Amino acid sequence: MDLKDKLVSSFLAFENKVDVDTHVHNVRSEAIKIFEEKGFPTKKEEAWKYTSLNKLLKEDYSVFPKQENALDYKDVKKYFIHEIDTYHVVFIDGKYSSHLSNTTHDGIDVCLMSSALTNPKYRLIIENHFNKAATTDSLPSLNTAFSQEGVYIHIPKNKIADKPIQFINFSTGNESATLLQPRNLIVAEENAHVQIIERHQSLTENPVLTNSVTEIFTKKRAIVDYYKIQNDAENASLIDNTFIKQQRESIASVHTFSFGGKLTRNNLNFFQEGERIDSILKGVTILGDKQHVDHNTLVHHIEPNCESHQDYKGIFGDSSTGVFNGKIIVEKEAQKTNAFQANNNILVSDKATINTKPQLEIFADDVKCSHGCTIGQLDESAMFYMQSRGIPKKEAKALLMYAFSNNVLSSVKIPEIKQRINKIIANKLGVSIGFDL
Amino acid sequence: MLKIENLHARVEDKNILKGINLEVKPGEVHAIMGPNGSGKSTLSSVIAGKEEYEVTEGKIYFEGEDIEELAAEERAHKGVFLSFQYPVEIPGVSVTNFIKTAINESRKAKGLEEMPAKDMLKLIREKSEMLEIDRKFLSRSLNEGFSGGEKKRNEIFQMAMLEPKLAILDETDSGLDIDALRIVANGVNKLKSKDNAVVVITHYQRLLDYIVPDFVHVLHNGKIVKSGGKELAHELEAKGYDWIKEEASL
Repeated sequence: MDLKDKLVSSFLAFENKVDVDTHVHNVRSEAIKIFEEKGFPTKKEEAWKYTSLNKLLKEDYSVFPKQENALDYKDVKKYFIHEIDTYHVVFIDGKYSSHLSNTTHDGIDVCLMSSALTNPKYRLIIENHFNKAATTDSLPSLNTAFSQEGVYIHIPKNKIADKPIQFINFSTGNESATLLQPRNLIVAEENAHVQIIERHQSLTENPVLTNSVTEIFTKKRAIVDYYKIQNDAENASLIDNTFIKQQRESIASVHTFSFGGKLTRNNLNFFQEGERIDSILKGVTILGDKQHVDHNTLVHHIEPNCESHQDYKGIFGDSSTGVFNGKIIVEKEAQKTNAFQANNNILVSDKATINTKPQLEIFADDVKCSHGCTIGQLDESAMFYMQSRGIPKKEAKALLMYAFSNNVLSSVKIPEIKQRINKIIANKLGVSIGFDL
Repeated sequence: MLKIENLHARVEDKNILKGINLEVKPGEVHAIMGPNGSGKSTLSSVIAGKEEYEVTEGKIYFEGEDIEELAAEERAHKGVFLSFQYPVEIPGVSVTNFIKTAINESRKAKGLEEMPAKDMLKLIREKSEMLEIDRKFLSRSLNEGFSGGEKKRNEIFQMAMLEPKLAILDETDSGLDIDALRIVANGVNKLKSKDNAVVVITHYQRLLDYIVPDFVHVLHNGKIVKSGGKELAHELEAKGYDWIKEEASL
């Protein structure tokens, strides 16, 4: 039985155990039908031309990990941004770990999707938001069908989350291969403000595949800053589906830092449903070995006077491969749109590959859209300049790569995240120079 | 300090240096002059260890050690400094960050601890004041958008910070107005001592009014064709290079 059949038949058993006769149940049934019809995406589809899931799908994944593993905080502390006080929501093999978490209902809700889906208190919010931003592509649909657990964040009107919220999905590998499908919902009401940090971390050598869906709603004048730290183990793969629906005058930013994992696909979608919205998409990707990262972004400009800023930097070594596919749609009504997109890449090995494709569909006539992509190599004359001042080749290379990604890092608002990223970059490049001197 | 014997070097298939002999002792200032394309910049790059240049014959000794096999950074750690004719722009790395990294990497190579931040700041303040460098300048990206003068002043600032034994100044006067030239030259003169040496590579005599050489060498077609005292520079300024070329072809 292939994975698709296995999932579809698992659903039949699963659906009778959860939320029968509710709104969510209907959404699930619809979603599994879509998945059954579409199946897993293949390279024949334009959006998946450069990323093949074939090998990953051959594993015999356990769909519902059985055992709950305990982790000691001291063993996993390094995966947290522990230098600052945060709310944290931690999952181990898809199950909530109250031991490692620190949630709240005090003024804001930082809690679990499982309770939001079942507790009548949240019913209205769920009905109005659950699966309202996600598209009907096959992988988000698959996640929707099996949605059980994840993070639920609700920031009421005029509230500012008093500290950042971080959530980590750990996998421990009790099963020979694990499929995880976290489902997150974040609603920032009018004038609310929140900062969120997301991480997926495998602690096992066994294969882990995560098909995650995060829906984010930013109401009028809300601000959401979102940081994704992707530095997973070598046998862990991630398909991240993030959908952001923005109302007027809201600002949403997503920084994606991709350094690890086997295969990572980031489907990042912004929908601007009001005027004077700002959407910010930034990314730094540094890969080696045979790693693969595919950034597939969409910014949908629907209303006038909005902006989007996209800036992705990639550095590819060894036999790694990168993909950037940035789609911008400007609807006819979306006059005075200002859309900016840049994707700059450096290949540091002859065997590394990058495929980059800007895709602009503009139906309005009074807009400013600029895009540019570059693929280059490290500047040899800059290397010699640095070496002649006593900086060894490896460190000079690292400094150049760091400098290359610096303008993405400079827009990170939490200094401790920046420091962490600097450390990961230094580690990844095998140097011990402190960049943030 | 620096001893070059019968140095031949080429880049790709082009022979550029064709038998250079030069000895620089501590406390001395040497000027190397010559027309365009004579090999001046190649000579400085070869001494500093640029990989694209291949030494085909001859030796370079620094303090008695053959340095041909050493990487550029190892030569820097031993005290060789090259001020670039065209300093490279490195966006995203501030002047301060860069010089701190350079100093600490040199210290690391010598088995020393990193310089304490306080001492580093003091040193930066001291040297930037000497070269009349604005503090705001130090937080800008290295050489990015700098004027010609700012770039050269930044080179000498780095030299002041690194305190090399041998400083090679490659066309440091090009792109400088007279005020900047004076500041840069003063900086170099202040750094001079009986223990270090300076090699000034220049097309014109102008800089040599400020940094007065003990010896002047004329490079032509990959060879030193004439050597003399500082008066040779004046002669070249007055008569141009043609007579040297003629003499050399005799």
